[in-house]
Amino acid sequence: MQRNPQLNANGELQHLLSIEGLPREVLLQILDTAESFAGVTEREVKKVPLLRGKSVFNLFFEPSTRTRTTFEIAAKRLSADVINLNIAVSSATKGESLLDTVANLSAMQADVFVVRHASSGAPFLIARHVKPHEHVVNAGDGRHAHPTQGLLDLFTIRHYKKDFTRLTVAIVGDILHSRVARSLIHGLTTLGAPEVRVIGPQTLLPTGVEALGVRVFHDMAEGLRGVDVVVMLRLQNERMRGALLPSAQEFFKHYGLTEEKLAAAAKDAIVMHPGPMNRGVEIDSAVADGPHSVILPQVTFGIAVRMAVMSIVAGN
Amino acid sequence: MKLPDAEKLCEELARELEPRIGPKSAMIGLYTGGAWLAERLHPMLGVHAPLGLMDIAFYRDDYHARGLQHDPKRTKIPFDVNGRDLLLVDDVLYTGRTVRAAMNELFDYGRPQSISLVVLADRGGRQLPICAQHCGARLEVPAGMRLSLKRDPAGRLALVLEPERAA
Repeated sequence: MQRNPQLNANGELQHLLSIEGLPREVLLQILDTAESFAGVTEREVKKVPLLRGKSVFNLFFEPSTRTRTTFEIAAKRLSADVINLNIAVSSATKGESLLDTVANLSAMQADVFVVRHASSGAPFLIARHVKPHEHVVNAGDGRHAHPTQGLLDLFTIRHYKKDFTRLTVAIVGDILHSRVARSLIHGLTTLGAPEVRVIGPQTLLPTGVEALGVRVFHDMAEGLRGVDVVVMLRLQNERMRGALLPSAQEFFKHYGLTEEKLAAAAKDAIVMHPGPMNRGVEIDSAVADGPHSVILPQVTFGIAVRMAVMSIVAGN
Repeated sequence: MKLPDAEKLCEELARELEPRIGPKSAMIGLYTGGAWLAERLHPMLGVHAPLGLMDIAFYRDDYHARGLQHDPKRTKIPFDVNGRDLLLVDDVLYTGRTVRAAMNELFDYGRPQSISLVVLADRGGRQLPICAQHCGARLEVPAGMRLSLKRDPAGRLALVLEPERAA
């Protein structure tokens, strides 16, 4: 049997590449550790000395502000030295040159690579080639996975709802282009959420999405009925090829989250969004800024979750 | 080897500490055994500030060798550390490394006026220049054995000696 590339011989987390295939115990270890780091981020001195003397390279082959910034803050709060590299990727920059980039950084004594790449699988490729003391954290690869976002979503859900085993969670919108959705679905199923729904137009749902263990809805009123958690996804304009949608206005009419549509959900439902939000496209401002919204706490929790991930992998 | 009764040691410690409690006093217990002991001592002594609980996982000096400990608890210090006379409570004092880590963490919360160390048992074997100001019992424990505090479901405390787990 081939070993999970994320785990070392003792079954400990060596790299974080995808939530898919992570054992429940490892997921819980990350969430529990993040809970303790959340305490650190509330103190006057928001730093701990764990990664003192270590270097974290933020390798962003695809632009991102929020994810890069929260990784940077997380690494700095662990006392690591952080080097940010924004590497514009041309179609010719593939395979060999990606590994060459990493080999060069490795020669500069890197300890952790945080990688975002437009190609699915790029962080896996890097993880296969790094030295044993080097660790790779996937910060989003193509349409494949965005495990730290998935983990911070799980952390947020657990923070507000405590127990996964009674929850109905709806993920709404552009599932097709969303690496966040995939990561979250795997996490929710592993942690025992009994019902995960995806809601969206046929054209924005991947074929065979049911195989992930979700219920598919095309109608918001039906799909949101009684749900405890609503996860809105960004309509990914930059990933759209061809006419999957008539228009953003049309999308908002059917799938944009308004107070009226949200009324179908449980009274104490929480509304999440991985950001950046398109107000008036997938979510109405009244909801985004409303009492059910936990969108900004998500960002704060993201720092604690990334501190947990980096300190766990760098120690193994 | 016969171990002293932890319940009795706890009462003796409380009697010893009582006259030293003042308006600036506060108490912090170190997870897990020290937290149990502190949860017991705190109400007995009538310390005004609420009890603090601390997990030193993020300050351990063996992180690079052993990685991050599983399931660290969240440190909760519900009072301003600045200017306090702190009683730092742990179950067993051994190498002194836990206490060093705890002091490092404490200073990220502020600058206390003083810190005194309170332990149920001192088993010797110090690797750092640290000593306890208040100690329930001094015990000779052979290397390779682990002395720790246990709490049964009824809340009773007991010292136990067991072979050290392989690192």
